[in-house]
Amino acid sequence: MSEFPASWRTVAFRFEPNPSFTELLRRAEAPLPIVTTSSGSVPSVPEGTTILAMVTADGVVIAGDRRATEGTTIADRRIEKVFSTDRYAAVAIAGAAGPAIEMVRLFKTEVEHYEKLEGSVLSLEGKANRLAGMIRANFPFALQGLVVVPIFAGYDQGQRAGRIFRYDAVGGRYEEAEHHATGSGGVHARSTLRHDWRPGMTTEEGIRLALEALADAAEEDTATSGPDLRRGIFPVVASITEDGYERVSDETLAPIATEILTGGR
Amino acid sequence: MAQPFYVSPEQVMKDRADYARKGIARGRSIVAIECTPGIVIVAENPSTTLHKVGELYDRIAFAAVGKYNEFENLRIAGVRLADMRGYSYAREDVTAKSIANAYAQALGAIFTEQMKPWEVEVLVASVGLTQSDDELYRVVYDGSLYDEDGFMAMGGHAEELMGMLRDGYAEGMDLDAALRLGAGSLGRAGGDDRTISSENLEVALLDRGLPGRAFRRIDPRAVAETLAG
Repeated sequence: MSEFPASWRTVAFRFEPNPSFTELLRRAEAPLPIVTTSSGSVPSVPEGTTILAMVTADGVVIAGDRRATEGTTIADRRIEKVFSTDRYAAVAIAGAAGPAIEMVRLFKTEVEHYEKLEGSVLSLEGKANRLAGMIRANFPFALQGLVVVPIFAGYDQGQRAGRIFRYDAVGGRYEEAEHHATGSGGVHARSTLRHDWRPGMTTEEGIRLALEALADAAEEDTATSGPDLRRGIFPVVASITEDGYERVSDETLAPIATEILTGGR
Repeated sequence: MAQPFYVSPEQVMKDRADYARKGIARGRSIVAIECTPGIVIVAENPSTTLHKVGELYDRIAFAAVGKYNEFENLRIAGVRLADMRGYSYAREDVTAKSIANAYAQALGAIFTEQMKPWEVEVLVASVGLTQSDDELYRVVYDGSLYDEDGFMAMGGHAEELMGMLRDGYAEGMDLDAALRLGAGSLGRAGGDDRTISSENLEVALLDRGLPGRAFRRIDPRAVAETLAG
């Protein structure tokens, strides 16, 4: 495979200062993942459930449980909903899993494409706005029930602090100063966060609180899974600090999760 | 209407080739050397913002000599093609060969169809798991494509630089040795004997050990330390 389609070559070599990858796909008439359909209902698809993020002293902690549901059935026990988009940012997704994962893939390419073309990294705020645009483009799908509601979090190198952005189904973008959780178990996770989050928490404390919040959400919400000690499945928890994105290993999470679940808190 | 003079196609092509070669020879040269930690690309470039070396994709880098606006177009096209393929298929499906081929076709078409050929020479480098998997493709102004092994040079003193690299190159060099060989050769090109200051060198490494995106720039301070040591 060494040939590129003619339409790709045409747009690739044509002068066009717009650094957006999505626009490039549109010009190349390549299929976009976010299709606009006019009518008809969409069959039921796997839904991602609870995700959360919080600001810590060093940056942010972002986490998501591992369950996807389809109606009342568990569709996936090991789905991952937290994705690093680049070194200093990550996105967690809740809602229709298929379109959400595709949106993240496009978003990652978008951010990287910009960085390579412009030779400079898109600001955290710039990334947050691009993501809002993608959710807006998903609006026709959202109307049919395929809602995608991500949380975007990252370390702002200009402000030297962690920042969190949440979104609504039509692409509205809201910055959260402290913490946020969304998805089916989001309301329960939020109450844990509201109760136990403090300003200036360390990353380690943040990781523990993330596990506690997800465990609490799992207690109340059938669509959310807490840490699963029997199968050895743990939520995806990651920190983003000055040193970049780092996913917390299962080996680190296991003892904390065991302590939480066996009532040692 | 006046009849245009007849000019033989040979003459037209030769004139265009001479024109392009002269343009390329005016610029400063670039060398790329395979070594144990990856592929190091050394360019003489006094500008810190107008790059001659850039990232195309995870394991693939771009470098060019000649006219900036022309090779910048090629770099952007390369990034676009790589990202489109990586997004439509998978990241490992993006290959240096396919991008080099697209460059060759584009430059070939420009050379035969347009009045003015592009005054550029381009390197597409791809770092592998081991040195034997490394790939270096050189594409020149008329669309000719060459597959180089171990090291390559392009620009004004390419022939002479290739000779120096051939003498100094050994498989399994470390980064410092490769960097010294590259910078030293650039300084001696054209019968000169100068030491190019690290401020005027643009150095990048396709880092074999980095997972994912392997391209990283080496800042002038680190380059100066290596060259001094």
